Amino acid sequence: MGRIEAQRNILDFTLSSLLRRKGKNSALVIVYTLVVFLLASVMFFTHSIRKEASLVLRDAPEIVVQKLVAGRQDLIPLDYIDKIKDIKGVSSIKGRLWGYYFDAAIGANYTLMVPPDAQISQGSVEIGDGISKSRQVYQGDLLTLRAYNGEAMLYQIERIFSAESALVSADLILMDENDFRNLFQFPVGQVTDLTLKVRNPREMTTIAQKISEILPGTRPIIRDEILRTYDSIFNWRAGILIVILFVAVLCFIIFAWDKASGLSAEERREIGILKAIGWETSDVILMKFWEGLVVSLSSFLLGIVLAYLHVFFTSSILFEPVLKGWSVLYPEFKLVPFIDAYQVATLFFLTVMPYAVATIVPAWRAATVDPDSVMRA
Amino acid sequence: MIELRDIRKVFNMGKPNEFVAVEGVSLAIVPLQVTILKGPSGSGKTTLLSILGCMTRPTSGRIVLHDREITSLPERFLTEIRRNTFGFIFQQFNLIKGITALENVMVAAYPGGEKHSLLKQRAIALLDVFNLGHKASSKIEWLSGGEAQRVAIARALINDPDVIIADEPTAHLDSKLSGEFMETMRRLKNEGRTILIASHDPVVYASDLADRVIEMRDGSIVCSPVVS
Repeated sequence: MGRIEAQRNILDFTLSSLLRRKGKNSALVIVYTLVVFLLASVMFFTHSIRKEASLVLRDAPEIVVQKLVAGRQDLIPLDYIDKIKDIKGVSSIKGRLWGYYFDAAIGANYTLMVPPDAQISQGSVEIGDGISKSRQVYQGDLLTLRAYNGEAMLYQIERIFSAESALVSADLILMDENDFRNLFQFPVGQVTDLTLKVRNPREMTTIAQKISEILPGTRPIIRDEILRTYDSIFNWRAGILIVILFVAVLCFIIFAWDKASGLSAEERREIGILKAIGWETSDVILMKFWEGLVVSLSSFLLGIVLAYLHVFFTSSILFEPVLKGWSVLYPEFKLVPFIDAYQVATLFFLTVMPYAVATIVPAWRAATVDPDSVMRA
Repeated sequence: MIELRDIRKVFNMGKPNEFVAVEGVSLAIVPLQVTILKGPSGSGKTTLLSILGCMTRPTSGRIVLHDREITSLPERFLTEIRRNTFGFIFQQFNLIKGITALENVMVAAYPGGEKHSLLKQRAIALLDVFNLGHKASSKIEWLSGGEAQRVAIARALINDPDVIIADEPTAHLDSKLSGEFMETMRRLKNEGRTILIASHDPVVYASDLADRVIEMRDGSIVCSPVVS
């Protein structure tokens, strides 16, 4: 009981000590919080966006078949379907029509697609949130697109996609097959690529191999490869930020070491007084430990909360250009909050531990001096 | 009873600036008496007080407290003895800046693990004894020299020690405040405490309060009246 009271008393004294050195501790908390905020933002963002991408791709076709000419993707004839559909294990096969449209007016690329299942009446389109906002067009309005020959084509907007799926739909336009072919002068009997569904996902690689054998000029892409590509893109982008942040953390450690290890003459004197009036070395170290913990833990929690708000409520306003830079039309989407406890724990050990060590070592060194030093000061 | 046997204290041993502060001191401090260590600066008074108060270990020799040899006890035990047996009043007062007078008094008892509310009550009562109740929540830097010293005395008493050790307590006080300090010491003696003071101020060593004045020079005792 006495030990617990002693801890409480020492903690009480620690808190009033922290308040006494407002300037030093505030500077420390601000820098500390900033570092945790940046690191946690990157972690939350990349984790959630990868999670979201994998959720989106979960419903993607298991195999996509593209035709290659001179190593570049080319239009694929629909009669290729007949050559593939009899491969054992293939449950369904469809041709897919999609492409890109460059809108010179706003300097953005749109993704145009003919939905494989949903029917869209001729002359109508469904557009993504991003296009609606940038072109200032809404449901019921007319959307003008320039055809291959420069002719202006008008489409009535039937629907605007919700922001929930903005990551993939912000720059998307869905339209009827005939409209699509007319817009691009897309030859009849050809499609952009073929999508396959297979009965047993474990057979995907075998089926892909068979397609390559039957149609040597094609490239079958299995879903896992797409997932891996997405993963590496996000990893690469996150990697850039992590490298920058690593430098930030390093600077912080130097700063923290300097602040925490450079006990001022006043602090050393205080430690001497405390020892002279009956504090043990362990009590002094405990006090410094509490001090370090209060600073680091409050900064850590503050940084985490700010990062959470930044990523999930302001759509990572600071990182958008780097992390979502694959499209001109930045989707204004809100990520579904998803936090990985393992990552938070890693961040905790990366930020709190170095500080705790930086605080305790010099305190221990100062606390082991003879208490009579204050008598002779 | 505190007894020192053939105490020697050397600072910076083995280094070019080696310095012998105390040499061959044997001394018995009689309980419930006021003992004054008198001598010029550098005579070894403060070092001897530090050794008596378990703040530092002698280079050689033995310290016996209540018939128990404590020279080679681990730091933890020495700290406990220091906290429970001795109350220190320093020359510079050594109060902690930025916190209140009340906190300064309480801080010496924090590691003891007493309930915070009870400790606070005791500290306020002590400040009242020294007419500082109204200054309890004042920051230490706002107090006058005399008030600061009374806070330092209250802090020395918070753990209810048997022995009060004061190092040059009147060095920063005028004659009036020095007189007040000696009166406080008289009160503490009458309460049944042993008082040990190092001073070269006649107000202290020539006071009728002194039961015994030990004169030091160059680290050794030059005159120590026989204890009655």
